[in-house]
Amino acid sequence: MQRAWAQPLLRCITAIFAALSFGVIAIMLVFLIAYAYPAIRFNGTAFFTTLTWSIGNQYSDHTISHGGYTAQIGAAFGALVFVAGTLLSSILAMLVAVPLSLLVAVALVYRVPPLLRPLANAVVELMAGVPSVIYGLWGIIVLVPFIATRLSPSGNGNGLLAAALILALMVIPIIVATVRDALQSQPVAVYEAAMALGSTSWQAVTGAILPSIRSGIMASVLLAFGRALGETMAVLMVCGAAINALPHSIFSPINTIAAVIVSQLESALTDTTGMAQRSLGELAVTLFVITLFVNGIARVVLRGGRSRSAA
Amino acid sequence: MTASMARWSAARTKSRLWWAASIASLGLIIAVLGSIFATVFVHGIPALRLQLFTTVTTGIAGGLANAIAGTLLLVSIGLGIAALTGIATALWVVEYAPPWAARAVRFTIDVLVGVPSIVVGYFLYVALVESLGWGFSLAAGALSLAIYVLPYVERSADVALSDVPTTLREASFAMGARHAVTIFSIDLPYAMPGILTGLLVAVGIGLGETAPLIYTAGWSNYMPTLAPTHSPVGYLTYVVWTYISQPFAPSHALAYAAATLLMLFIFATNFIARSFVDYRFPRHHGH
Repeated sequence: MQRAWAQPLLRCITAIFAALSFGVIAIMLVFLIAYAYPAIRFNGTAFFTTLTWSIGNQYSDHTISHGGYTAQIGAAFGALVFVAGTLLSSILAMLVAVPLSLLVAVALVYRVPPLLRPLANAVVELMAGVPSVIYGLWGIIVLVPFIATRLSPSGNGNGLLAAALILALMVIPIIVATVRDALQSQPVAVYEAAMALGSTSWQAVTGAILPSIRSGIMASVLLAFGRALGETMAVLMVCGAAINALPHSIFSPINTIAAVIVSQLESALTDTTGMAQRSLGELAVTLFVITLFVNGIARVVLRGGRSRSAA
Repeated sequence: MTASMARWSAARTKSRLWWAASIASLGLIIAVLGSIFATVFVHGIPALRLQLFTTVTTGIAGGLANAIAGTLLLVSIGLGIAALTGIATALWVVEYAPPWAARAVRFTIDVLVGVPSIVVGYFLYVALVESLGWGFSLAAGALSLAIYVLPYVERSADVALSDVPTTLREASFAMGARHAVTIFSIDLPYAMPGILTGLLVAVGIGLGETAPLIYTAGWSNYMPTLAPTHSPVGYLTYVVWTYISQPFAPSHALAYAAATLLMLFIFATNFIARSFVDYRFPRHHGH
């Protein structure tokens, strides 16, 4: 290693790997867009306004053309049901997860006795470690039957509510861990000063502590939202696999972009024109762009919060 | 006076109610986690039989030997690739990169964490399985796991390497050691517990992944071959997903057994990762 050539060599090798890590996201985006391009042209803006997803008649010799590209006759690739299902389930999940996570985080920091704290923290870590398919399994065995028998008037358990509750459970540990750490980093003096001014302990936490970690909370909520939007397996297992119809209640079956990419693959492979596969590619690009956007905002919020607290 | 006392007492009642709600919320998530564990283990542990480890999956049940071997192969190769790439990237970012380039790499790594695993899976499906004609395969599956866990490996290695005290590095340089020598004999050994913790966390994530593998590794009832391409590979998460939806009791038992094994594998790695952290922090406080 004291040989002179080892120095630039190590620098060069690590630089190549860094370039790979840097480039992988751009390569994925460019490649997927290039692959989906015929579908983007064929589907046009109707992609986001059409309810129907059909690969068309594979036994017919006739094809249809649009934007210079062809698909099987009768084919229609509309993402509206899936985009709506993705957004609705994730938003509903956040409506459940955010208040619950904040309550859990303040309980962890201010009410759990120090002796039990490692145990309570372990619960949060274990929750974060449970794989997606096991949340899905629990959803099928416990949650969906519960919704079907106790809550749903139609007796249907698979759907928007089940998907949203499972997503909520999956993102709760993300928000709790961030908020807990942020709460712990706050000076005790702030809490004590609020108490000395005559506020109750709850007012001290919600009035004095929580506002000062607002940007951290916002960022963790957005990151959790991004995670929920892209979650696949657990949602796939409990969403009811709706197709061609929008949900009309929280018990209606839905479908999400991520779930439909998995469940439609086999059917798409039978499309001899390949347009169904490319349309799945367009769905992947759509999901990619949505999550990049949400995560981008989270980073901006996080940076804004940091520079404000530094100033 | 009485009005303000009434206000205070109302605020105190409100405070108590909210704290009760907060503790109840903690109780609720503990109960849910307990229910998840109970669901998996109550059905899964009785389903664990020796034959699971020696026979392969068949139509509606059978064993898990193929899935266990496949999961271990996919995770070890995927993690190997991610470890090499992630640690080398972190080294470049910490040791060599100009500040703007370090910022750029760290930013894209942060963004990569947010990319859904199914997007990674579909990308590799199109690029490797279809375009390059690899078919469902070990290589494609391992690469999908590698890309998915890369940001976790890179971040933890980055943090661990940035934590190496400048004084130690300066002492090494002062004794005439070249940069590469300092990296291998000072920086990497010092940062190793942090790097390993990150790797173990990534192993836990890799073990539990499903979505990117459906599109890349495919599924196989047979023991995995070491052929990198044209040979699909089975894995445990697939068994959980597909066999729990079958209408047969033996299929359910197999899904529960696979879920139990997954949980045990994941918690074992998390436990080892935690002990690394515990081992690491006392050492740092010593300085």
